[in-house]
Amino acid sequence: MEQEQLICVEGVTKTFRLSRKQQKSENTLKKEIVAVNNLSFTANRGEIFGLLGPNGAGKTTTLRMLATLIAPDSGDAFIDGLSVVNTPEKVRAKIGFLTSELKLEDFFTPNYIYDFFSNLYGIDKEVAMARKKALFERFGIQKFAEVKIANLSTGMKQKSSLVVSLVHDPDIIIFDEPTNGLDVLTARTVTDYLQELRDAGKTIILSTHIFSLVEKLCDRVGIIINGQMTNCGTLAEICDGKSLEDRFFEIYKEKIGGQE
Amino acid sequence: MKNNTWNIIKKECSRFFGDRTMVITTIIMPGLLIYLIYSMMGDFFMKQKENAAPTKVYVENLSDSLKPLLSTLPFEMITENLNGENLKSDLSKKEQDYIYMVFPDDFDSLVSISPSERTELAPNVQIYYNSTSDKSKEAYNVLSEVLGQWEDSNYNLFDINKIEKEGQVYDLASTEDVVRGLFSELIPFLLLMMIFSGCMSIVPTSIAGEKERGTLATLLVTPLKRSELALGKVLSVTFFTVLSGLSAFLGMMLSLPKLIHADEMGVDAAIYTTNDYVALLVIILCTVIILTSAASIISAKANSIKAASSLMLPFMLVILFIGLTPMMLETSDSSIALFLIPVYNSVQSMTQILGHEINIIPIILTVVSNFLYSVLCIWILTKMFNSERVMFSK
Repeated sequence: MEQEQLICVEGVTKTFRLSRKQQKSENTLKKEIVAVNNLSFTANRGEIFGLLGPNGAGKTTTLRMLATLIAPDSGDAFIDGLSVVNTPEKVRAKIGFLTSELKLEDFFTPNYIYDFFSNLYGIDKEVAMARKKALFERFGIQKFAEVKIANLSTGMKQKSSLVVSLVHDPDIIIFDEPTNGLDVLTARTVTDYLQELRDAGKTIILSTHIFSLVEKLCDRVGIIINGQMTNCGTLAEICDGKSLEDRFFEIYKEKIGGQE
Repeated sequence: MKNNTWNIIKKECSRFFGDRTMVITTIIMPGLLIYLIYSMMGDFFMKQKENAAPTKVYVENLSDSLKPLLSTLPFEMITENLNGENLKSDLSKKEQDYIYMVFPDDFDSLVSISPSERTELAPNVQIYYNSTSDKSKEAYNVLSEVLGQWEDSNYNLFDINKIEKEGQVYDLASTEDVVRGLFSELIPFLLLMMIFSGCMSIVPTSIAGEKERGTLATLLVTPLKRSELALGKVLSVTFFTVLSGLSAFLGMMLSLPKLIHADEMGVDAAIYTTNDYVALLVIILCTVIILTSAASIISAKANSIKAASSLMLPFMLVILFIGLTPMMLETSDSSIALFLIPVYNSVQSMTQILGHEINIIPIILTVVSNFLYSVLCIWILTKMFNSERVMFSK
């Protein structure tokens, strides 16, 4: 049976200009840096697709382009058939995006913030209430629902952010390093929930540099090194009988060695 | 999703009014502080005036013919045991605030000679004073004026405004007009400063602050339109700044009469009609919206509250200069086209309203042009919210 492609990335490229300060810190004379170079991949409905790569490989930039926070210089990506270049607002209504860079206002409580974002997405009040109850119970937010975000622990904040990114029950979920900075308990809650979402037919793209997370969660994986997709496929296809970690370092040596 | 501007305004209001410190510092404090400071300054000046010791005037060879006139002045005349050199030497020191006056030995006989019959120079009265001391300088001015008038009266060809019949008034400006004139020069500047101070404390927190905290990006990843975000932000900060401006205005109108002792002149802030206040409110509103929308652009450009505050400093200097124009320029010189210059038009309109010269066309031009400039600023802000270089630059 042919799988439905919900995310289709077609040759996206993103270049950033380097300031003099950045040139100095990077020890380069280059005025531009190619963060993502002609990257293509697809993700199917009901699967978790992992973007694996070292820091600075271009994973976050790719996800930011999918979330329409930044636009590609060339190429395009389609989310459920909608172009991120031409219809960014419609794309944003379809996705849930979570990254540690997006923060919730410290001044408000999870309860207030949830209602505010529900209103922004135009969710019907009754639906929003029912969804809030379910999500708050699932993540144990009820007990701190009226505590200001400023007074919450990192784990509680991350749970609140996760819940807020799902207020509109999106079919496509994009998570940048979902377990970064979390304690083991919260990290486990998040990974378990991602599996639940996949089982519920959601499409999830996550970026990570943690091999065990990819092995545990991802149905397919794309390896990004220096902004380029070097390998893409199921874990079995990529690993070729080896552990993901061993295979990744082989690929990394081939790629970096080839460039050197 | 149609009411997202309203959602943003509601959120901003919850943030602002939920923060007691913010409300106290930006809304309650400006009016209260202005009222207390101006009232205290008024009382202080009054008490200082009442309690001030009379200025000492050391007079050598006091003329008999001038003695009765000089004794009516509010000075303490000292005519004996004078050491001229010591008095002059001490007077050169900054803290001295007296006058040392020397009449020629035979002053009375010299002034009795008609100028046409005089063979020598006219007698010279020497008045030594220190211009760095207010009391000494003021006494010098009074004595020069009095002696000048006495000299004129001795060779009286004609007088100016000397006849003082009951009810005879030469300055035909009413006391109210005088107070209005004073208010029209002072209030636009003070009000503009107060509004801008409110703007400085509110706008950077609302936009640059959200950028700094990473909460603006969370909004940008929702389907919220950038134009809705820009409009919601500008309208809410405008509302808070208006409250801050009104508080300052109220404090000012209640305390300025005390500061200038208008009660002694028989007038108070009630010299203005409801129409004046309504016109003033309209001008304040359109001034606030142009200032906050322009400040929002600066704030959106900055990556932190600190950077936004620094970027606003040059803007503040321009506003400060514009606020001073009523004291430097004659309103009547203002061409109608000048009412198209943002902020300057507001200051001139306020000056006109407070001076009781309400002209409807300049006021309409001010309101319409400021509204259009604000729309332009909101459009620019929308573009900035769309620009990844502005929103995500490090």
